Amino acid sequence: MPVKLSLQVNGKAASAQIEPRMLLLDLLREELRLTGAHQGCDTAQCGACTVHLNGKAVKSCNVLALQAQGGEVVTIEGITPADGSLHPMQAAFRDHHGLQCGFCTPGMVMSALDLLNRNPHPTRDQIREELDGNLCRCTGYHNIVSAIEAGAKAMG
Amino acid sequence: MYEFEYHRAKSVDEATSQLSGADDGRFLAGGQTLLAAMKLRLAAPSDIVDLGGIAELRGIRVDGGNLVVGAMTTHNEVAASKDVAKAIPALAHLASDIGDRMVRNMGTIGGSVANNDPAADYPAALLGLGATVVTRDRRIPADDFFTGMYETALQPGELITAISFPIPKRAGYAKFPNPASRYALVGVFVSESGSGVRVAVTGAGPSVFRVPDMEAALKSSFSPESLAKVTVPADDLNTDMHASAAYRAHLVGVMAKRAVTQALGK
Ligand SMILES: Cc1cc2nc3c(=O)[nH]c(=O)nc-3n(C[C@H](O)[C@H](O)[C@H](O)COP(=O)(O)OP(=O)(O)OC[C@H]3O[C@@H](n4cnc5c(N)ncnc54)[C@H](O)[C@@H]3O)c2cc1C
Ligand code: FES
Ligand code: FES
Repeated sequence: MPVKLSLQVNGKAASAQIEPRMLLLDLLREELRLTGAHQGCDTAQCGACTVHLNGKAVKSCNVLALQAQGGEVVTIEGITPADGSLHPMQAAFRDHHGLQCGFCTPGMVMSALDLLNRNPHPTRDQIREELDGNLCRCTGYHNIVSAIEAGAKAMG
Repeated sequence: MYEFEYHRAKSVDEATSQLSGADDGRFLAGGQTLLAAMKLRLAAPSDIVDLGGIAELRGIRVDGGNLVVGAMTTHNEVAASKDVAKAIPALAHLASDIGDRMVRNMGTIGGSVANNDPAADYPAALLGLGATVVTRDRRIPADDFFTGMYETALQPGELITAISFPIPKRAGYAKFPNPASRYALVGVFVSESGSGVRVAVTGAGPSVFRVPDMEAALKSSFSPESLAKVTVPADDLNTDMHASAAYRAHLVGVMAKRAVTQALGK
């Protein structure tokens, strides 16, 4: 039986009539048309679907949309300034060649921002450790680590 | 994932009655294990009772000589807690090393303990510290709780409300993680307290177990050297694509020594 879900997404109120089995990722992509969070593995391994739920990074393919009832979700779309320019962390990924195909990038950026919320000046080792849950098939990670380091500096 | 009826409980009593009213209901904690099982149709509950809104199941407190962790406390909350760091630093260390950050933001101690995955970390801490599983109706010692692979002493519909850990003199946890999943290929938890020494092993067998020979050796002298001559038979241990039983048996010795070294603060 469909259930009513109300929550905040990227600072705006959103609501939908959904089946309880709908995943948070499907709510974002299919109902709200926010396609920045990607479905990579659909088994909680790759981190391409990472968004923030109540201020913390989660894998949205492994969370029911209803687990976000009354909560606040921020996706990659929610971090870009209104004028369409890039967030400093996104800019750092571009400047440091931290992506190739770009499939993992939204998840990488959301994980990086979660890390900086707790540790504004991480070391390279800490960045690598914190990216445990984000896989990239292209870059070999080196430039992602450099991008996050530079993004952290740019954000102060 | 098959369809189900969804209930969001506001209290322990409400959750219990919602579940008992269902054909084949399941509690939902962080969902980090259950949702994957439902996607694979290994689990197809008729009803889901979401514990996420029950405030009384969250939080960490020190109660006399015990550290009490609410069932819905996430792995990251345990890892970041000042109370845990002070009372049982090995437990904070264990929690900080479960899966990855996103899993730790959702996964809970109650869900991990109820699930009793043979390679999960928390069961080693419960058995290695002689903890008590507190449910709505009773208190179950860890020694009686983990009864087999994915099996526990919980009755159908029985809700874990908290885990109570006696605060030891010292403790340590060392795991050799599977590099992909971070689950324990072998994890060993050791503790020393007034009531003796405990050594608990996860990842190696069908379910977490104690090693009496190691406990006796550490009782006479709590040092990594005392474990030099103790071996663990490979007979009942797991063999899979990641490691043979003999390799796991060897790792138990290595991880036990590391856990003791950590407990000694070296
Ligand atoms: C990518 C990945 C990596 C992981 N790595 C590790 C690891 O390295 N080490 C490790 O230990 N674990 C690991 N896990 C598992 C993780 O710790 C899970 O969070 C945990 O096993 C289950 O907790 P949960 O809160 O998500 O429970 P859920 O998935 O919601 O529930 C699990 C089971 O417990 C039952 N249950 C939940 N709460 C209660 C309760 N209070 N009372 C009674 N029954 C209850 C549910 O009905 C269900 O049957 C990993 C998971 C993933 C996805
Ligand atoms: S799609 Fe969610 S972790 Fe891969
Ligand atoms: S840039 Fe292609 S997966 Fe990371």
